[in-house]
Amino acid sequence: MSTTHDTMPFDQALASFEPVLGLEVHVELGTNSKMFCGCSTVFGASPNTQVCPVCLGLPGSMPVVNAMAIESTIRIGLALNCTIASWCRFARKNYFYPDMPKDYQISQYDEPLCSNGYLDVTVPTDDGPTVVRVEIERVHMEEDTGKLLHAGGATGRIHGADHSLVDYNRAGIPLVEIVTKTIEGTGALAPAVAKAYVAELRDLMRALDVSDVRMEEGSMRCDVNLSLNRPGDGWGTRSETKNVNSLRSVERAVHSEIERQAALLTSGGRVVQETRHFHEDTGRSTSGRSKEQAEDYRYFPEPDLVPVAPSDAWIEELRATLPELPSAKRDRLKGEWGINDFELQTIVNAGALDLVEATIAAGVDSAAARKWWTGELQRTANDRGVELADLGVTPQQVREVEALIASGALNDKLARQVFEGLVAQEGTVAQIVSSRGLAVVSDDGALLAAIDDALAAQPDVADKIRDGKVQAAGAIVGAVMKATRGQADAAKVRALLLERLGVSE
Amino acid sequence: MDLTRLSAYELADALDKREVSAVEVTQAHLDRMTAVDPKVHAFLHRTDAAALAQATSVDERRASGAALSRLAGVPIAVKDNLAMRGEPTTCGSRILEGWRPPYDATVVARLRARDLVIVGKTNMDEFAMGSSTEHSAYGQTRNPWDLDRIPGGSGGGSAAAVASFQAPLAIGSDTGGSIRQPAAVTGTVGVKPTYGGVSRYGLVALASSLDQVGPVARSVLDTALLHEAIAGHDPRDSTSINAPVPDVVGAATRADVRGLRIGIVTQLSGDGYQAGVSQRFAEALEHLQHLGAEIVEVSCPSFEYALGAYYLILPSEASSNLARFDGMRFGLRAGDNGDNSVEQVMSLTREAGFGAEVKRRIILGTYALSSGYYDAYYGQAQKVRTLIVRDFAAAFEQVDVLVSPTAPTTAFRLGEKLDDPIAMYLNDVATIPVNLAGIGSMSLPAGLAPEDGLPVGFQIMAPPMADDRLYLVGAALEAALRDQWGHLLIEEAPAL
Ligand SMILES: [Zn+2]
Repeated sequence: MSTTHDTMPFDQALASFEPVLGLEVHVELGTNSKMFCGCSTVFGASPNTQVCPVCLGLPGSMPVVNAMAIESTIRIGLALNCTIASWCRFARKNYFYPDMPKDYQISQYDEPLCSNGYLDVTVPTDDGPTVVRVEIERVHMEEDTGKLLHAGGATGRIHGADHSLVDYNRAGIPLVEIVTKTIEGTGALAPAVAKAYVAELRDLMRALDVSDVRMEEGSMRCDVNLSLNRPGDGWGTRSETKNVNSLRSVERAVHSEIERQAALLTSGGRVVQETRHFHEDTGRSTSGRSKEQAEDYRYFPEPDLVPVAPSDAWIEELRATLPELPSAKRDRLKGEWGINDFELQTIVNAGALDLVEATIAAGVDSAAARKWWTGELQRTANDRGVELADLGVTPQQVREVEALIASGALNDKLARQVFEGLVAQEGTVAQIVSSRGLAVVSDDGALLAAIDDALAAQPDVADKIRDGKVQAAGAIVGAVMKATRGQADAAKVRALLLERLGVSE
Repeated sequence: MDLTRLSAYELADALDKREVSAVEVTQAHLDRMTAVDPKVHAFLHRTDAAALAQATSVDERRASGAALSRLAGVPIAVKDNLAMRGEPTTCGSRILEGWRPPYDATVVARLRARDLVIVGKTNMDEFAMGSSTEHSAYGQTRNPWDLDRIPGGSGGGSAAAVASFQAPLAIGSDTGGSIRQPAAVTGTVGVKPTYGGVSRYGLVALASSLDQVGPVARSVLDTALLHEAIAGHDPRDSTSINAPVPDVVGAATRADVRGLRIGIVTQLSGDGYQAGVSQRFAEALEHLQHLGAEIVEVSCPSFEYALGAYYLILPSEASSNLARFDGMRFGLRAGDNGDNSVEQVMSLTREAGFGAEVKRRIILGTYALSSGYYDAYYGQAQKVRTLIVRDFAAAFEQVDVLVSPTAPTTAFRLGEKLDDPIAMYLNDVATIPVNLAGIGSMSLPAGLAPEDGLPVGFQIMAPPMADDRLYLVGAALEAALRDQWGHLLIEEAPAL
């Protein structure tokens, strides 16, 4: 089953081949009820507790379209600059699989609700950010499948499992599938373009408030189609990599597939048209089922549903109420905060834009807000493998900490400890300052005693300073900070030290 | 007084006047079932206990002065392809053996809400595929007029139950004639309402774009009363019509055809129709003319292709609708021995659970929808369907209703066409165009064919949403024939 091919280093691969990329992103809509029934869509409920005759596909049951899902899809289409169909139908995609209650999926086939749009994405390059327009082929609605759990066996896959369990809670959750046209001419930027596109799409979904777009919970999933061809040649055979469930993985999946296909093609092999499975742990994909014999889904119009025919008036009403979209918002904030493209990109990459904005709105100055969110807090989020927004620190708390710094009660080092406490859920800012005993030592007597101790311990350094080598003061200041467990104001220590030794700057 | 000989209208009246109790009425019908159903086999499942409990509750509420619906306490049989909470619902198939739905079909829920007493589930061709009820996995139903003959299909059970006085009313479903052709060959009345007129929610789908639930009874008025009870918009069925139900009971009461233009469809008469069928059809037309209707002939040239289109659309939709019977979640599961894969279990289950006719149509439909064949088969059939809709529309610009014999022949003998699917399919040639166009249609008795003494059906077809016209014409014809015979045709059926 698993095939390990040699790979060709990325730069070398790009010297010989041009990648052609296509991305299919599935987004679970955040509607309260499922696509075709009234069942709840809340994530994490006990298996098979959010089901009914309709989403279990029981004989005789019939689907009814969730109007909110239609509305969300149209809003997505409008935000992606698509044409909205004035009349379209659902279609049945027929195939047998135990996670499909009806053994067909209600989807859309040749009549998608939204088509022919684009999304401009900002891609970081060595020469600064560049804007790439990704063209959208279609946005259509469909229902999600159930979730299969394969027990026993070595692979965690259906083949070789001892038995399998199915949870139909997910069956029938509304999905939109957003399909790009082929993305060509990106060269070595292909992985970055893919990542930037998915990130931009995620931000767009958030701004539209149509999905919680949590990739780790599977509410946003990406399939990467990729082929290579030599310059001037026609398109090569493409593979479809599924299971790409984080932004980083999108980038890595494109990267590794380029390396894999290049090695294959260079060694005289051929790329097989197949589905591949991406593995987060290794960053590589393995071969899934071959699509050489194209699967025949026997699509036909869903006879249990009437066509969707949104009126022009409704579409225009939805267009008029679209929120500020992420790209416009970024341009606006860039101007308001007076930052350059690189700084903006840093904030965006950290997923900190909304948090910084909210922090500034809470009264913190722009530089400080950016410093905390893209510095200390982002590092912590990375270490813990969570999204910045899920770290457990709020813009309001950043404001409280900043206020304590401004009043001299905390310094930056102590503030980091407060944030550490917040992430560890130790309580409010005030509780953490108190329970951890975090306060700047401002008593001159205590500081002078610590300075004297430090000077006594390092007499040679003391002499250097007396001789006018002021830069040596750092060693003593450091020792004092250490002795006070960081709870001193370093500038004040320095001033006291120089005064003590009768030296001026 | 034999309560089973009364019409639903008469029973409702007697119940309302407290001349009889619902328990007495129900018990009389259950006793009749015990006496005659071993010969007829109209029922797959009896619901005696629930029926008597329901009847008791109706009597109690009536005694306490509660307002009850018009048909409260009247017994009814339900075709076995309608989901009924906690009761077997097999669709005449092995693959659903043992399955008890956790929910009620909307039509069943409406019957319960109106306090009709459901006495059992009726036999049918497996998944409603057939015209003789011989394709049931649970044995054939026999025609009460001649126990060696078919009761029609797929709803032979519902028609036979009503024709043999086991219930005054029954629910059927009609995809290509499954209500009307059994009504024709059993001397009863059956109506396929306009598509969307009655909810399909809970009807186990055969071909979703053709299926329609409808009423079966022994008189036009009874049929109208049941039609009224089950019709109307259902938010659970997107294809159900959100508009007022035509006044079918009013039309059945008015029974007036004066000034009405009635069109004979050229393509649905003549060659291929049994002589006695054509004769009774012609006599019925004379009656209608006599009553003041104008009879004209109308041509619907596309009807020639209706049967071909139907046998592409139906199997296509059925192949998809029947996919869910895979042994994973309900019903039969075969081959689950720990060694077989999921795919093997699905395949073995379907192999063991489906009968030959079902497999034939699944294979046909799978083929017709396949890429490379879709345009030539399913696509082409949809174009024919559009032409048929246009033929009907053009015809209804000239006339108020269209008429034809319901079936080309009277009831054929059991086994006669079992090995010849094409001959079996041809039995529905006159009923199929209606389903393709989604309009309403009725079959009612036109008399007995002289050559075999068996019932002949008269079909009336009305424009979409104008189901009341079926009743207007049907009730007028029924009254005229009743005057001629002195009773309803069903009274001539042999005692069992
Ligand atoms: Zn549900």
